[in-house]
Amino acid sequence: MAEKVTGAEALMLSLKNEGVTTIFGYPGGSIMPTYDALYDYTRGEKKSFEHVLVRHEQAATHAAEGFARVSGKVGVTLVTSGPGVTNTLTGVADAMMDSTPIVVIAGQVGTAVLGSDAFQEVDLVSVAQPITKWTYQIRRAEDVAWAVSRAFYIARSGRPGPVVLDFTKNAQTDLVEYKPANVDFIRSYVPSPEPKEEAIKAAAELINSAKKPMALVGQGVELGNAQEELKAFLEKADIPAGRTMLGLSALPSNHKLNMGMLGMHGSYSVNIKEQEADVIIAVGMRFSDRVTGNLSKYAKQAKIIHLDIDASEIDKNVKTTVAVVGDCKKTLPAITALLKEADHTEWKESFQPLRQQEIDRVITPATKPTSGPLLMGEVAHAVAKATNSESILVTDVGQNQLMSVRYYKFHKPRSIATSGGMGTMGYGLPAAMGATYGAPDRTVCCFMGDGGLQMMIQEFGTIMEYQIPVKMILLNNNYLGNVRQWQDMFFNHKRSFTPMVNPDFGKVAEAYNIPHRIVKDRAELQDAIQEMLNTKGAFFLEAVIKPDANVEPMTAPGRAVDEMQLNVEC
Amino acid sequence: METKLYTLIIYSENFAGILNQITAVFTRRQVNIESLNVCASSTPGVHKYTITCFCTEEMVVTLCKQMEKKIDVLQAHYFTDEEIFIMEACLLKISTEGLLQNPAASKAVRRHGARIVEVNPTFSIVEKKGLTEDILSLFEALNEMGIVRQFVRSGRIAVTRDCIEHLDQYLEQREMNK
Ligand SMILES: Cc1ncc(C[n+]2csc(CCOP(=O)(O)OP(=O)(O)O)c2C)c(N)n1
Ligand SMILES: [Mg+2]
Repeated sequence: MAEKVTGAEALMLSLKNEGVTTIFGYPGGSIMPTYDALYDYTRGEKKSFEHVLVRHEQAATHAAEGFARVSGKVGVTLVTSGPGVTNTLTGVADAMMDSTPIVVIAGQVGTAVLGSDAFQEVDLVSVAQPITKWTYQIRRAEDVAWAVSRAFYIARSGRPGPVVLDFTKNAQTDLVEYKPANVDFIRSYVPSPEPKEEAIKAAAELINSAKKPMALVGQGVELGNAQEELKAFLEKADIPAGRTMLGLSALPSNHKLNMGMLGMHGSYSVNIKEQEADVIIAVGMRFSDRVTGNLSKYAKQAKIIHLDIDASEIDKNVKTTVAVVGDCKKTLPAITALLKEADHTEWKESFQPLRQQEIDRVITPATKPTSGPLLMGEVAHAVAKATNSESILVTDVGQNQLMSVRYYKFHKPRSIATSGGMGTMGYGLPAAMGATYGAPDRTVCCFMGDGGLQMMIQEFGTIMEYQIPVKMILLNNNYLGNVRQWQDMFFNHKRSFTPMVNPDFGKVAEAYNIPHRIVKDRAELQDAIQEMLNTKGAFFLEAVIKPDANVEPMTAPGRAVDEMQLNVEC
Repeated sequence: METKLYTLIIYSENFAGILNQITAVFTRRQVNIESLNVCASSTPGVHKYTITCFCTEEMVVTLCKQMEKKIDVLQAHYFTDEEIFIMEACLLKISTEGLLQNPAASKAVRRHGARIVEVNPTFSIVEKKGLTEDILSLFEALNEMGIVRQFVRSGRIAVTRDCIEHLDQYLEQREMNK
């Protein structure tokens, strides 16, 4: 008979069985038995994991998200019950929106006192269910191996997402004979539906007959690891493509069929041309309202082909002509095989005049200004250039996000981590920490605003303790800039609680022993970026940005995508 | 778009908390549940939910897809009244004195094919199976006489008229792909 271990140790063995290497967490009362076991599994002969003690549980989930985004593996968070796990929920909801595979393991009071309002008891299953792919309460040590294996299988398979495990205290302390579980089948769950041949044929026929086809590339391509399949597909039928914000590195920025970014602050030509394309092929994207603008006016002229692994996305927002449900790693090549080689030079070239307008009126002024204060665009552009477009971009939310995603360039897959569907301020810094563990060989650059940084500034402590090599770039406009822009545009310039009095951020970095520099002058920018990149480990670069610059171009809310304005009027 | 009454039949694994997830799919999309019945199905370990609601066909399609997306939900399908056998039931607690003093009361009970299943000096119990309209018509007839003390109507239960058992087919197919 095998030796009995505690449920907590069974968790360690189960995590090991899943290939976990890094855990982001924070201890507390009802997860103490697990932390007791973790101690032994993070050192000595049993050493299996690195545990990163964050300074706030929300950071633990964002770090797990950043880890997952760049590595394609499941991110893991370990926290205590009650306030510990409620603190993680913003990250959980964020992971749900953006299909990011994470597993959050939270302590829970013992089953004997469940429902009695015991100390730090929260009805986690009820709270977490609507914002997770799966939530489960582990009530017996015997269920640990099964529940953990099922959790990882669900988090990573199909359309990925967050899973929460509510780990009762008695299940942590009770003894069990550990037997590894390897769940790879759940009869009620079909993660990757078999593509239908008729659908593949119908899609190929429609594309073959198209005069003005256009592809919309989403994060699904990265999640499906189908970057090469996408290229082959686009190239064979000569289809110009726009990428969603989350899908930016699914197709290299310098690919000849990449036409730019979709959405409210995306590329002008792409937004205008969506209203002219005769066949739109959406691959692993969900037609979010930030992409479609006014839905009732969106691409009405086009026949829509939608490739998605999640059947519930089909017809949710945009009615499709052909739905191809399945993993794009399979569906893309199946369609490509039936495609005729095509040449859409004229159609592609018709993007160019619009592109040129955007270059002249938006891109050049944003990235190559010659006078006035520093602009976000030029900083992002310069950092991308200085890293040969090979670094990973992590962003917070706001103007800093929109400008850095607009002006960064991506030559490698899985190179962006940003909060899309939730738009979670505070995401950036912890996600960047996680990204350094997920891709230890790559440079991780994190762009933040003065607002968002202060939502997670305590993570300087984590960065200091673990010497996490994050390159932090603060785009400081001393404003909640994104909201300020909307106030100026739609609320008659009433800047209601958007100006901010900020601390000396350099001194804060100093207190944590993080090398830092502040840059105000354009002439110094290159040098400052080089110093940041040449410094081993973490670096905090503060760029003093023009206080009231706007993100352009923009499709105002409620407007159709072709009503996008190159320059916004305030 | 036209709204009408749909009956949804949903099958899930027998895990805690699934009913919550199913009802949340409706609430989030502002659809009211008209009636709800939950019980074990004929397949061991599988629960069956019969839910009615008024909505557009577009919405009911969305509801089904969103429910099937839940990990432990096996299948979710929607039907119009023509596609299913339907049953509902009600119980009426009425005053016995009122029953005896109103000859129309017994007539209404008979006319509706209802049964009186208990009579005591204080109250009597009327039981009726049938369709919603029938049940409500009986209730209204008795209520007009002012003799109803309690009224309760069950959720709808339904089985499909289809010759194919889609759940069995699905389960068989899943077992094959295991
Ligand atoms: C947690 C959270 N709270 C509020 C918002 C709303 N919001 C979106 S952008 C923004 C301003 C962000 O300011 P800052 O971090 O300085 O970035 P900037 O836009 O100035 O670059 C706010 C308040 C949000 N997205 N997330
Ligand atoms: Mg700001």
